[in-house]
Amino acid sequence: MQVALAHKPKMHSFLEWRDLKVVYKRYANLYFCCTIEGQDNELMTLELIHRYVELLDKSFGNVCELDIIFNFEKGYFILDEFLMGGDIKKSVLRATEQADLLQEEDESPCSVLEEMGLA
Amino acid sequence: MPAVSKGDGMRGLAVFISDIRNCKSKEAEIKRINKELANIRSKFKGDKALDGYSKKKYVCKLLFIFLLGHDIDFGHMEAVNLLSSNKYTEKQIGYLFISVLVNSNSELIRLINNAIKNDLASRNPTFMCLALHCIANVGSREMGEAFAADIPRILVAGDSMDSVKQSAALCLLRLYKASPDLVPMGEWTARVVHLLNDQHMGVVTAAVSLITCLCKKNPDDFKTCISLAVSRLSRIVSSASTDLQDYTYYFVPAPWLSVKLLRLLQCYPPPEDAAVKGRLVECLETVLNKAQEPPKSKKVQHSNAKNAILFETISLIIHYDSEPNLLVRACNQLGQFLQHRETNLRYLALESMCTLASSEFSHEAVKTHIDTVINALKTERDVSVRQRAADLLYAMCDRSNAKQIVSEMLRYLETADYAIREEIVLKVAILAEKYAVDYSWYVDTILNLIRIAGDYVSEEVWYRVLQIVTNRDDVQGYAAKTVFEALQAPACHENMVKVGGYILGEFGNLIAGDPRSSPPVQFSLLHSKFHLCSVATRALLLSTYIKFINLFPETKATIQGVLRAGSQLRNADVELQQRAVEYLTLSSVASTDVLATVLEEMPPFPERESSILAKLKRKKGPGAASALDDGRRDASSNDINGGVEPTPSTVSTPSPSADLLGLRAAPPPAAPQAPAGAGNLLVDVSSDGPVAQPGLGPTPEEAFLSELEPPAPESPMALLADPAPAADPGPEDFGSPIPEADELLNKFVCKNNGVLFENQLLQIGVKSEFRQNLGRMYLFYGNKTSVQFQSFTPTVVHPGDLQTHILLAWPSPLAPGLPSWDEMDPGRDPSSALLPESLSVPATLTVFVLDHIIEHRGHSVQFADEAEGGQRPLSHARYGGAPQSLTLKLPVTINKFFQPTEMAAQDFFQRWKQLSLPQQEAQKIFKATHPMDAEVTKAKLLGFGSALLDNVDPNPENFVGAGIIQTKALQVGCLLRLEPNAQAQMYRLTLRTSKEPVSRHLCELLAQQF
Repeated sequence: MQVALAHKPKMHSFLEWRDLKVVYKRYANLYFCCTIEGQDNELMTLELIHRYVELLDKSFGNVCELDIIFNFEKGYFILDEFLMGGDIKKSVLRATEQADLLQEEDESPCSVLEEMGLA
Repeated sequence: MPAVSKGDGMRGLAVFISDIRNCKSKEAEIKRINKELANIRSKFKGDKALDGYSKKKYVCKLLFIFLLGHDIDFGHMEAVNLLSSNKYTEKQIGYLFISVLVNSNSELIRLINNAIKNDLASRNPTFMCLALHCIANVGSREMGEAFAADIPRILVAGDSMDSVKQSAALCLLRLYKASPDLVPMGEWTARVVHLLNDQHMGVVTAAVSLITCLCKKNPDDFKTCISLAVSRLSRIVSSASTDLQDYTYYFVPAPWLSVKLLRLLQCYPPPEDAAVKGRLVECLETVLNKAQEPPKSKKVQHSNAKNAILFETISLIIHYDSEPNLLVRACNQLGQFLQHRETNLRYLALESMCTLASSEFSHEAVKTHIDTVINALKTERDVSVRQRAADLLYAMCDRSNAKQIVSEMLRYLETADYAIREEIVLKVAILAEKYAVDYSWYVDTILNLIRIAGDYVSEEVWYRVLQIVTNRDDVQGYAAKTVFEALQAPACHENMVKVGGYILGEFGNLIAGDPRSSPPVQFSLLHSKFHLCSVATRALLLSTYIKFINLFPETKATIQGVLRAGSQLRNADVELQQRAVEYLTLSSVASTDVLATVLEEMPPFPERESSILAKLKRKKGPGAASALDDGRRDASSNDINGGVEPTPSTVSTPSPSADLLGLRAAPPPAAPQAPAGAGNLLVDVSSDGPVAQPGLGPTPEEAFLSELEPPAPESPMALLADPAPAADPGPEDFGSPIPEADELLNKFVCKNNGVLFENQLLQIGVKSEFRQNLGRMYLFYGNKTSVQFQSFTPTVVHPGDLQTHILLAWPSPLAPGLPSWDEMDPGRDPSSALLPESLSVPATLTVFVLDHIIEHRGHSVQFADEAEGGQRPLSHARYGGAPQSLTLKLPVTINKFFQPTEMAAQDFFQRWKQLSLPQQEAQKIFKATHPMDAEVTKAKLLGFGSALLDNVDPNPENFVGAGIIQTKALQVGCLLRLEPNAQAQMYRLTLRTSKEPVSRHLCELLAQQF
C-alpha cells in the first residue's frame, strides 16, 4: 500500500509482491487495489477496477468517497454482484435492483469520475 | 450534509457514521462507539421484539464498527435471524454480516447452513444467488462439505436461471480452489463443457473460468472444450465492435471472455484437428492484425482491453512455440510496445519478451531489440520495469552479444537499486562464465563485480571464480596479475582480498618474476589488508602465507615472524590460533619436500552445476528457474556433482587435517629412525574429525611412536600361512595379508556388517557405517578358546602411499590414556593386554577418505594375537606358547562412500552422454558365478551403494544406477549399468564416472559380486 501511494501517476500500475501482483488504480483520492496471481491478465484487471468504479458511479450518481463510506454496505453489494470468488460475474453495466432505488442528490466535494474525464 | 440515501436508507446508520466522522480524537470515537454498542446491546436484549428494519439497522451498525477495527462479540444471532427474513434487503445485510464476520468454526454454522439450504431450495433466483455468494465468500471447508455436492446439480439443472447458473459456476470454482477433494467429479463435468455453447455470455464466461481450473487436474476429461473454445473465440474476434451489445466494452467485444478463452487454450497443446487449428491460427492472426488498426476510441479503457487480449494471444503463441511466423510477429508487436508511452505496456512487453527469448524461433528476433532494452535499463523510472529489462537482457544473451550485455549490466550495477543488486551480480557472473571466450575477460568481469558491488558478491560468486581459475591453466597467470593490481587500490573490498589471497597463494609464483610483484611485495600487499579483515578472511590469508613459504622460501623468515606474533599465536579466535600454531610448526619442522607435498597446488575442482546458477534459481523460485535454464543453455553443467556448495575450508585451504596428514606422509626429520609405517598408527589430531582431539605439544601420536621403538623380535611362528612377516618382522613390514583376505573382503563390498574372519581361535566381526566421506568401523574380537590370549595387540597399517589417500584414526587400545583395554584388565601394562576367553571386545575405527584414488585393496590390517607376554613385535601372537599373527584387509572399499542419487531418465541419459570420453568408462563382460536372480542382483546393487533407477533403461531386464562418491577433496559422480544375459549366463557391466581410476576400480569391485 505504501509503495502504491508513493507511485507517481506516470508510473506503471503493477507491483510485485511475493508471488503475487498488486494491480492498482487511483481515482482522485481513492485507490483501488486488486491482488492477482502471476498468470492473470494485468490489463484486464485494471479494467475490472474501472468497471467496478463505473458501476459505483451508476449506482450513486457521481460517486465520491463519502458515498462509499456512508453506503459501505452498498459498495459490498455491488462488488458481490460484480465479482464472485475473485472472478468477474457481470461485466454488463446494469445497476443492481436495490441501487436502482437509490437516487441520491449529490453535493459531494469531488466527483471522482468527472475528474478523470469519464463522466 | 454528506450524502445520505433516502428510500430504504437507514437514517440512524447515517447519523452514526457522521457522528464518528465528526469525532475530533480517537478517544471521542471510542466513546461514541461504546455508547452505540451499549445501545444496541440493550435493544437486542430488550423485552420488546425488534422489527426487521431495526435488526437490519443495528446489524449494519455493528458491521461498520467492525470495519473500523473494533471487535464485535455479539449480534451474530440477530444476523442469522435476518437470513430467514423474506425481505430482500434484510436478507442481504444478514448475508453480508455473515460473510464478513462469521468465522468458519462458529457454533452458529449449523444455523447458517440451514438458512443457506433453505434459500438454495427456494427456487427464488435472487435468494439462490445470495446464498451462493455467501458460500463463495466464506469458502471454508465446512461450507464445502455442506454444499459441494449440491452446487453441480444447480449448475447443470435445465430449469436454473442464467444468473443462478453463473453464480453456481463461480461458487463451485471457489470451493474447488479451496478444497478440490470436496468437489465430486461426475457426469456433470461433461455438461459443464457444453455450457461453452450457452447463449448467455455471462454463463459462458463463468463456465470458462471453472473449466480452466478443473482441466488442469483432469485435462482429458475436458478435452472437448478445445474446439468449443476455439469456435467461441473465433465468433467473438470476428464480430464487429458493436455486435455483442452489452458485452462490448469500450468498442472491444467481450474482452473478459476472450482473455479467459485464450487462457483456457493455454492449458492444452495446439489442437490436433487441422480444421480447429486452422481456425485458431486465423483468430490469432486477426488479433495481431487488429493491433495495427487505428484505435476506435482514445480512451485508455479501449486500448487496455484491446491490449489485454493481445498479450494473452501472445502468451498462447509462446505457449504453443510452434508457429515461427506468429512468434516473429508477436516479437515485433512487443518491440513496438517497448517504446510505447504507457509504462504499463512497456513493462508487460519486457516481461512477455523474456519468455519469447527462450524460443528458438524468436530468439534472433528478440535480439534485434537489444538497444531499446539497454535504453530501458538506463532510463526507466520504475525499478520493477528496469528489473524486467535486466531479466530480458539476461534471457536474450548469447555468445554474440555477451560482451555488450555484460558491460551494460556492469554499468547499470553502479546505480542499480539495492534491492536488485545481488541478482544482477549473479546474472553477470553467470553470463560471464557461460559465454566467456577467453577467460581473461571472465576474470576481469568478476573482479569488476567485486569492485563495483563487493557487498553483493555472495560466496558462491567468488568460490566460482576460484574454481574456474584453478581448473584452467591458461588464465592463472593473468588472474594472478590482475588480482595483484586490483589489490593495490587503497580501499578494496574484502571479497577482493579473499580472491586475491587465494589466487596469489596458489599462483603468485607465476608473477613473481616481475620485480614489481616480487614475493615480498606480494606478501606485504596482502598483509597490509590483513588487520582490517574479518576472521574468515584472516584465516584464509594465513593459509596463503603458509603457501607462500612453500612457493617463496625467501619469505619464510618474515612469515614465520608474523605467525609467531602474539596476536596470532594467542589469538582469541580458535581457528586463527590453531592455524597460526600449526602453520608455524609445519614451516619449522617439515622439510622442503614435505612442504611441497603438503602445500601443493590445489587439484582441479570437479565439474558441477554452477553454484551461482543454483543460487539464482533458489532466489527466483522454481518458476523462474525453468525460464533461466532454457534449452539453449550449454549443457556443460554436470548436476550429479552439483548441489553441494563447497565449504570455505575445502575451497580456500587445505584443512588442518589434511596438513597434518601431509606431515605424517613423511616423518619429521627430528625422528628419522621412526619407521615410516608407524606414522600411520595415528591418533587423529586434526580439528575436524569426529574423534578429533586437538592436541598441541607432544601429541599422543608422538608418544605412541616412541612406544613403538622396535626391539628385535624373537622368532615367532605365524599362526596363518604367511611366514614372510614372521621371518622379517620389522615394524615396517607388518606382513602381507593372508591369502584369503581378498576373498573375505569381497564379501563386504555389498554389505557393511558381518564376520570378517574366523578360525578355531578367533572370530573377528565387523560393523561399519559410512556417511559422506567418513566411515566408522567397529571391530569385534571374539576369543573362541577357553584360555586367555595374552598381549593381544590389534594394529592398523597402511601399505605404500595409501596414507595420502585415506586416513584411519584408531583410538588405539594401545595408546596411552585410552581406557578401553585398561578397563578390562586394570593395572596391567597395556603391552601385556589380555583377551579373556570367550569374550568379544569392540574397538572403533574411524575412516576419512581424502581423495578419490583409493586403491583400497592394498590396504591391510594386522591383528597380532600375542601370548606369553610382552614380546614387542606386533605381528606375532602366541597361542599355547607360540606367538600368532594374522593380517587381514579392512573392508573399506571406495563404493562405501557412495551416496545414492535419484534422477529421471532424461537426466540420466544427459549425464551418461556427458561422460563419453573413453577413459571415463570402464566395462567388463563376465560370467555369472551366482544364480542370476533379479531380486538378489537388485539387493547387491543397493548394497553397493548406488541408487537404482527404474524406468530408465528401455530393457526392463537391465539395471541402472547412479550415485556420488564423496571424498574429502571432491565428489565423483558415478553412473552404472548392468545388463544380464540369462541365456549366456553372462553380465555386461558398464561404469561411467568423471575420474578414470574410479570407473575402473568400481567396475572391478562390482564385477566380482555376481
